[in-house]
Amino acid sequence: MPVTRSWEANSGAVRAGVDVASVAAVEASITRFGDRYLRRVFTDRELSDCARDDGPSAESLAARFAAKEAVVKVLRPGGRQLDWRSIEVRREPDGSCSLALAGEAARRAQHAGLDDLAVALSHEGDIAVALVVALGGSARGIEEPEGA
Amino acid sequence: MEQMIRQVLADYGRLPVDAMTLDVDADLYRCGLTSHASVNVMLALEDAFDVEFPQELLRKKTFESIFAIEQALSGLVTSDRVSSV
Repeated sequence: MPVTRSWEANSGAVRAGVDVASVAAVEASITRFGDRYLRRVFTDRELSDCARDDGPSAESLAARFAAKEAVVKVLRPGGRQLDWRSIEVRREPDGSCSLALAGEAARRAQHAGLDDLAVALSHEGDIAVALVVALGGSARGIEEPEGA
Repeated sequence: MEQMIRQVLADYGRLPVDAMTLDVDADLYRCGLTSHASVNVMLALEDAFDVEFPQELLRKKTFESIFAIEQALSGLVTSDRVSSV
């Protein structure tokens, strides 16, 4: 019998967050505030990953800012503003990106039972976008008959 | 102080409304303040008032209205003066 794979809808074990950021806005912030802006928002590794011969890549940093916001949507910290640097986007050797959490962001993820996060980044023109999907330890696939 | 806050919001808040005439209690996020713009507002406020926002003040509530920003800055300006005495 053909089956479809789905996730438990009411377990709260799968969360997704998406956000966009303006490349021009990030570029303007770098121009106006320089290192103060960069060091307040991004980690050393992110700044290294986004370094180009002519300076930091606004496109790549905008995508990372969108990713941080997408993670915040996943973690749902309420009115609390997480330290932007506690959410780090890492470029992997194969060109993909991963997430590393620290401090309050890591504690929030642990408290929510989210132990696996995936991120995808893209940008086109002035818009950078990031999608984050988080899976919890209690997440499990269930098989249901097609059309159920 | 309020006028300087309004000017910073006008210059860096990227609000689709006039920051100079906003109600002091108006919810800035509902008015269109994004998280990224709030970073710029924070840095510009630090420049304008020669203070630094500590991590514990970096929460949405701190920047949710002109009144809230004024309250936060008042505490920072006061504590800076006390610590420099």
